[in-house]
Amino acid sequence: MSSLVIQDLHVTIGEKPIVKGLSLTINSGEVHAIMGPNGTGKSTLAKVIAGHPDYTVTGGDVLLDGESLLAKEADERARAGVFVAFQYPSEIPGVSIANFLRAAQQARMAEGEELDATAYYKRLYAKMDMLKIDRKFTSRSVNEGFSGGEKKRCEILQMAMLEPKFALMDETDSGLDIDALRIVADGVNTLRGPNLGVLMITHYQRLLNYIVPDFVHVMYDGRIVKSGDKTLALELEAKGYDWVKKELVTA
Amino acid sequence: MSASVPSSTARSPLGSFTADAFAAHLASLDGAPAWWLERKRAAYERFAALPLPARTDEAWRFSSLQGLTLDGFHVGTPAEATQADDRIPDLPAALARPDLAFTNNHLSARATTPRPAGVVVSTLTEAAASHPELLKAHFMAQPQKLGSEKFAALHAAFVRDGAFVYVPRGVELAGPIVIHHRVTGPATAIFPHTLVIAEENAKATVIDLFYADARLSLPGTAAALPHFACGANDLYAAHGAQLTYVGAQAWSYETLSLQLNSTVVRRDARVQSLNLHLGGRQSRHESLSQLQAPGALSEMLALTVADGSQEFDQRTLQIHQAPDTKSDLLYKNSLRQTAKTIFSGLIVVDPDAQRTDAYQSNRNLMLSEEAEANSLPGLEIQANDVRCTHGATSSRIDPEQEFYLQARGIPREAADKLLTFGFFEEVLNRLTDDELHAALRALIETQFE
Repeated sequence: MSSLVIQDLHVTIGEKPIVKGLSLTINSGEVHAIMGPNGTGKSTLAKVIAGHPDYTVTGGDVLLDGESLLAKEADERARAGVFVAFQYPSEIPGVSIANFLRAAQQARMAEGEELDATAYYKRLYAKMDMLKIDRKFTSRSVNEGFSGGEKKRCEILQMAMLEPKFALMDETDSGLDIDALRIVADGVNTLRGPNLGVLMITHYQRLLNYIVPDFVHVMYDGRIVKSGDKTLALELEAKGYDWVKKELVTA
Repeated sequence: MSASVPSSTARSPLGSFTADAFAAHLASLDGAPAWWLERKRAAYERFAALPLPARTDEAWRFSSLQGLTLDGFHVGTPAEATQADDRIPDLPAALARPDLAFTNNHLSARATTPRPAGVVVSTLTEAAASHPELLKAHFMAQPQKLGSEKFAALHAAFVRDGAFVYVPRGVELAGPIVIHHRVTGPATAIFPHTLVIAEENAKATVIDLFYADARLSLPGTAAALPHFACGANDLYAAHGAQLTYVGAQAWSYETLSLQLNSTVVRRDARVQSLNLHLGGRQSRHESLSQLQAPGALSEMLALTVADGSQEFDQRTLQIHQAPDTKSDLLYKNSLRQTAKTIFSGLIVVDPDAQRTDAYQSNRNLMLSEEAEANSLPGLEIQANDVRCTHGATSSRIDPEQEFYLQARGIPREAADKLLTFGFFEEVLNRLTDDELHAALRALIETQFE
């Protein structure tokens, strides 16, 4: 049983505060969704937890099983068990998906230990079959020239291979048509289980029709302003984000 | 105001290659034909008469002239080649079994691969006896236009032996012909040579591998052995021929290397050349492509892995001498530490070479703040209906790409290596032979160990 604890997190880009005191605890086996209007700091949250160098944490902490992630480099955080599925994954020309994932696996092994290539490919192909991804995919350069749907499937494949403790999915539904959305959601549902905690960051409710969350949080102006179960998402969909804003004003 | 010219007294124009050294070289040649000796004498005279490159030579702009010394070397002898071995530890399989292996310019091993009738894979000395007319017509027959007239003459004077590959009309060779050029012993000077003639509609792949003993087995530890390599490889593709050439240079890190290439492409012929530069303290590579008849295509590729304080100096010339010809140059360099690269490329389109399609691109990946990449792309167009593009870029590792790889658990150093190999892949992908592609990749790996 693992936990990812975000404690009163404050984040800035340059001088500008983006996340302003956000707290959230995710345990293994739970699926949380953070919803909120654009510009409210949702993507910043994912990137800062991943360790993106552009963001500065000015207060609070992020703890994985009680240990702070903030002093760690991005690669250490990933090896510790945090995976972020990015909204706009980078294109890496000349690096095949197979070689990329191999390097990621190798990085998780002890110094001097060599990856068993046969076992690796067997596992890779099994994961691809599970996610219904064509095997030709592995020889393509990472995300280069991929459609929006292919990029997201590539992220899910990486997640399946790396078996993180926690997956943060940043706007995984953006830019996807309904078929692609269903494929991606199937992938996440397949990987869902007692050993994985998931945080889905989304603007729209529709993803949550396919990946049903245990908890829904509403983020506004850099912090979580409302939490509830999956019915909160439906309420938000019906009433719109203005409802939350008004409530805040009245409060 | 007269510019102060740096003193070149430290560099003598003959260096170790004195008249006595040349006389000793000639005396050591057994049974060489008179015409061959005559050519060598003429070449030596040219070498002796020409000055070393000076700071004012445009063709040597940015080059470190101080390092360009001919002193302190001796011409490699057969005695030093006795420990010749046709295999190098850790060499990828595709490169490990040479058809011809030369050590210090002496044939040290050869394979007996069955070939179609008429195909010649022999030594220059053998060819001088068996194919004198071909050798007379093609040996060092092309002009030196890129600044190394003196070194070309030195090469012709001192070349003892080398590879001669002849593929007759209509013959298509399946596998590559692999030639090893190995240097051994301290302060050895060698003059590797490869001449490839592909006749009408012939098809072949030829690979030159240049290496010093310990260079590949123990990267970084072979630094103690200074060598001088002054090589030439000439490619001739007749009507409709398809020639692939790979030159992989893995000299010791103390080597001064000059390699001069000339490529002649006739009607509808295609030549693809890929030069991989790994070794050497200072390595200069000159490549001249002459597109002599309609339909000719020359694809000029190069990859350089510049490390430590290495200097790689690449000079290219694409000459379009006939209409409807095409040339496509892509030179990629990665630079680490205080490495330095120079790329100077010129596309020349003759007045009647209409509908020329010429491309030239030099891309530098800067992996260190201290590295220095110099780029001098150029065009000289005398026809009016042409398409010529050229460009040079220098860039660093993209921080977003680096972050993305790190976010998957790959440490920064490994991420940068992955991105660097990704950068090379654009060039390696041009090869149609996957095994060769993998072999060159593995060879590049040795530079990163």
